[in-house]
Amino acid sequence: MFCLRHLLRAVVLLVGFTATAVAGPYEDALPKFSAGSYSETDEAIGAVASSGHPMAQAVIEALQDGRLLAGNGQVFIRDPSGGLVNAATGQAFGAAPADLKPVRVNNRVRRAIEAALGGLTLLSPNAGTRMEAARAVFRSRDEAALPNLDKAVGQEGDAGVKQALQEARAAILLTKADASAEDRLSAVSTLRARGDQDALALLSNLSADSPPALVAAAQQAADAVRSRLEFWSAVQNVWYGISLGSVLLLAAIGLAITFGTMGVINMAHGEMVMLGAYTTFVVQELIRTYSPGLFGASLFIALPLAFLVAGAVGILIERSVIRFLYGRPLETLLATWGLSLILQQGVRTIFGPTNREVGTPAWMSGAWEIGALSLTYNRIVIVVFAFSVFAVLLLVLRYTSLGLFVRAVTQNRRMAGSMGIRTSRIDALAFGLGSGVAGIAGVALSQIDNVSPNLGQGYIIDSFMVVVFGGVGNLWGTLVGAMTLGVANKLLEPYAGAVLGKIVLLIAIILFIQRRPRGLFALKGRAVEA
Amino acid sequence: MKTQSLLDRQSIVVLALLAAAAILVPVLNGIMAPGSALHLSDHLVPLLGKYICFALLALSVDLIWGFCGILSLGHGAFFALGGYAMGMYLMRQIGPRGVYADPILPDFMVFLNWKELPWFWYGFDWFPFAALMVLLAPGALAFVFGWFAFRSRVTGVYFSIITQAMTFALMLAFFRNDMGFGGNNGLTDFKDVVGFPLQAGATRLVLFVLSVLALAGGYLLCRWVISSKFGKVLVAVRDAESRTRFLGYRVEHYKLAVFTLSAMLAGVAGALYVPQVGIINPSEFAPANSIEVVIWVAVGGRGTLAGAILGALVVNAGKTWFTGALPEFWLFALGGLFVFVTLFMPRGILGSAQDLWERSRQRFRTNRPAEALSPAAE
Amino acid sequence: MNAPVTPSLLYLDNVTVSFDGFRALNALSLAVDHAEMRAIIGPNGAGKTTMMDVITGKTRPNEGTALFEGTYDLTALDEAAIAELGIGRKFQTPTVFDMHSVEDNLLLALKEERGPIATLFSRRTREERERIDALLERVRLTAHRHRKAGELSHGQKQWLEIGMLLAQEPKLLLIDEPAAGMTDQETADTADLLRDIARTKAVIVVEHDMTFVRDLGVKVTCLHEGSVLAEGSLDAVSSNERVVEVYLGR
Repeated sequence: MFCLRHLLRAVVLLVGFTATAVAGPYEDALPKFSAGSYSETDEAIGAVASSGHPMAQAVIEALQDGRLLAGNGQVFIRDPSGGLVNAATGQAFGAAPADLKPVRVNNRVRRAIEAALGGLTLLSPNAGTRMEAARAVFRSRDEAALPNLDKAVGQEGDAGVKQALQEARAAILLTKADASAEDRLSAVSTLRARGDQDALALLSNLSADSPPALVAAAQQAADAVRSRLEFWSAVQNVWYGISLGSVLLLAAIGLAITFGTMGVINMAHGEMVMLGAYTTFVVQELIRTYSPGLFGASLFIALPLAFLVAGAVGILIERSVIRFLYGRPLETLLATWGLSLILQQGVRTIFGPTNREVGTPAWMSGAWEIGALSLTYNRIVIVVFAFSVFAVLLLVLRYTSLGLFVRAVTQNRRMAGSMGIRTSRIDALAFGLGSGVAGIAGVALSQIDNVSPNLGQGYIIDSFMVVVFGGVGNLWGTLVGAMTLGVANKLLEPYAGAVLGKIVLLIAIILFIQRRPRGLFALKGRAVEA
Repeated sequence: MKTQSLLDRQSIVVLALLAAAAILVPVLNGIMAPGSALHLSDHLVPLLGKYICFALLALSVDLIWGFCGILSLGHGAFFALGGYAMGMYLMRQIGPRGVYADPILPDFMVFLNWKELPWFWYGFDWFPFAALMVLLAPGALAFVFGWFAFRSRVTGVYFSIITQAMTFALMLAFFRNDMGFGGNNGLTDFKDVVGFPLQAGATRLVLFVLSVLALAGGYLLCRWVISSKFGKVLVAVRDAESRTRFLGYRVEHYKLAVFTLSAMLAGVAGALYVPQVGIINPSEFAPANSIEVVIWVAVGGRGTLAGAILGALVVNAGKTWFTGALPEFWLFALGGLFVFVTLFMPRGILGSAQDLWERSRQRFRTNRPAEALSPAAE
Repeated sequence: MNAPVTPSLLYLDNVTVSFDGFRALNALSLAVDHAEMRAIIGPNGAGKTTMMDVITGKTRPNEGTALFEGTYDLTALDEAAIAELGIGRKFQTPTVFDMHSVEDNLLLALKEERGPIATLFSRRTREERERIDALLERVRLTAHRHRKAGELSHGQKQWLEIGMLLAQEPKLLLIDEPAAGMTDQETADTADLLRDIARTKAVIVVEHDMTFVRDLGVKVTCLHEGSVLAEGSLDAVSSNERVVEVYLGR
């Protein structure tokens, strides 16, 4: 028997395995699997895992999958094709002994398996697998993984994986009472560098009867991690705020043009946003029906269409209603409110009152990890998009003749008129531009909000707050207004809750308007007084 | 518009019609036998009472918009506050008859596991206190809000927008359970008012008559205000605010006074509304409601008082009909009404009728077309 | 600095107003005596309207002193308080209450309690009626007393506004371009009316019409770029080289 085993061992060496030739802990442990007791199985797992034997991983994986068979002190692995492999030798085994039974596992054993695999896959040739394993060990903090861990750290080439390995090692060492004080202290600093919620939990849960120096160091590190986490949570709130701010910016920027240039309060502005969202819906429906391959590009197709649809409706509204009401802002407010009711009911009649499904293209799903943050792609896209729309609009107003005329009309309508600018045409175009931008906003908002006939209603008060807060007739004011309100809203939320935060903000704006009735960036001078 | 005497011909017509309503409705409902062609069915009494409350609300909006040029898009908030004050009284009247039979706490507080009555509910079991709060709660809010707004000269659309934000903020606040006003269910399941059961036909008739009396009283009050020199100052503020200021009038004081008065009228309307419809909840604060009130006034005729009453009755009757017969078309009709009135009938039904009457009379007298009246500017 | 009390009715010293860096008034100094009439001339943008705004409390100066009757600090009072002190202002475009009758326009302007409670309970008195009658007579609108002010002609509105100013019984009247848009006859009549008023009250008239200014025959101040360029009789001012250069033209 002994002879045979040596022979087999030699064969194994020949095929390239690096194990030692003597009967080691691995061989000694294997028979325990056949004992049929959970605690022996548990012990066997520990021993196999820490043996460093090349078959160790295969054995434990087989155990996990119920493919490890044992009987009469012998252990076999059934490979997926049904063939049997002797676990001790690694050799295919033609005829199986009759009384083989799968090794039973219970929850405790399963945990041991997971921990052991975590330790074992640390040495996998695949970097991704090693990373997973390192994380698993970090979570399980299984001391049995320590030898493999040490080995893995020593030979790891990938910096990211190496760091994960070291962190896992630190997690184990920190609580390992018999580890050297030096190791444990350096574990504290490794965890401190990791600096996330898990590290904080480890550091702050260190038992008080540990050496005082260690406790003090852990305490200090925990504080450092805590403040780092607070910092990141502030960053996260600011990010959410910027994200909300760009939504507000998108919704309000068109309003800034119509309100700023013509002094027109367009209460139907929110419905322009809604039309943009429904345009996206229709575009996606058509794509799904006729050419599903284009789905990824659906938003790009929807953008110009939404601009045209909302812009055309805007021009129609301006020509048919608003132009008769210039100089009567309160009447304009009422008439456009009426139009908003009609548009809402129209959409409700055509598309039904329920939410419509607008899909997110694949390239917009997923998230980007940075520091302790996870930024979803659709939010990032919306932030970038909002700023791009803002920039484009700024350029249009600054460098095109339409922009020049619009600015002229904003500053002095009568003078612009007497200079030969056809103010009514500019009004219509500016209104169309503002509405079109609202339509574009609708495409973006369809990605994060419910597309329903009430979509626009949710934005109108906020948009007005942004424009009024930022100051009329100034796009920068709208930008600052939107970002301030967005960030303030999200910073208030953790303390006051979403609803109360919003109320506080509304009250703050009401008070602010009373201090500066013309907003942050108000136009000054004689023209305004008129 | 003539603002010379307190009781001009228009006022006499309004008061006569209101008196007729106060007599006819009880007669037709209470005395005419059910089944007779002249019988007014029971469910119409609170419906008409509701219209009358809306008319009082419209009157309060007309007082500030029609005569002082202040367009409030938040008057629904004052209406709702008056309603909540009354609702709190009615809740306390339920006493131990609630589902949980708690002698003090209203059902929703028991449900929320509250142990004692919040301080701001004290006193509401006593009718005179509740009646006082019906005036004071909206009045105080209007005073504080107006004091800030008018002092810093927030005018025109800016004022309209912040009043809208105000009512929106209040709506969000009242939706919260821990505000102590019943959250989104609001206050309901009322049993009786000053000892009379709310379900009884006689109580409903009395409430209707009281609403009509309140409307008549409100009308007379507004009439008195606008026919005084105070009222002339209001119109002066509406038409040329800075001129009025340079004449030495503290415009903000006038605006504040009339805004607070108007809010109190709206509060009374809300207080009478709640026992007749049997519920008050935060949706009464919805900005859309407040804008709708403005369109009632615009339809009837801004700056005519009687027009506000007429507009509220006409639009609400239309709403009742539409939502019964063609529910999908109600919003089209309402939206169209906003557009139509602002574009083609800026002076509303009554204003246009007055113009027509004056024009034909002048043509008759002088045989020469009268100068077109310039519509009132902001 | 001067002592706070000056004998002048209106005393402006070193008044500066800037909007976004643009100096509408630049260290302007001006003094007007009791019952003096002063004409202010100057090109567009010279700061004439801004000066009126400072005096009536519409605009707060960035620096400088503005005293009325030597004691009241006009820079610290609001429009209503300044009006109650006795400074009346007529706007460039006639501003009357279009929807009120001519009579009611004057009633609102009468020097009386201005508070909301006082006006709410006030009743028309015989004395008020007599004062209104006298004013209507003076501005020649007796025949139009029941017409709406909005129906009056441009010249009549100008006169109604002057009538409203008189009803305030001010000590100082600020009158912005009273002759604008008037016929020659109306202009001459207006000059007569102002001269008559100036017998008992101080009047500051801003005007572009040189004939009208000559008709008034009073001391003239020429403003330019927010400060005083020249002051004196019309002949002296109009022969000043700088004035000719910036305003009258060669």
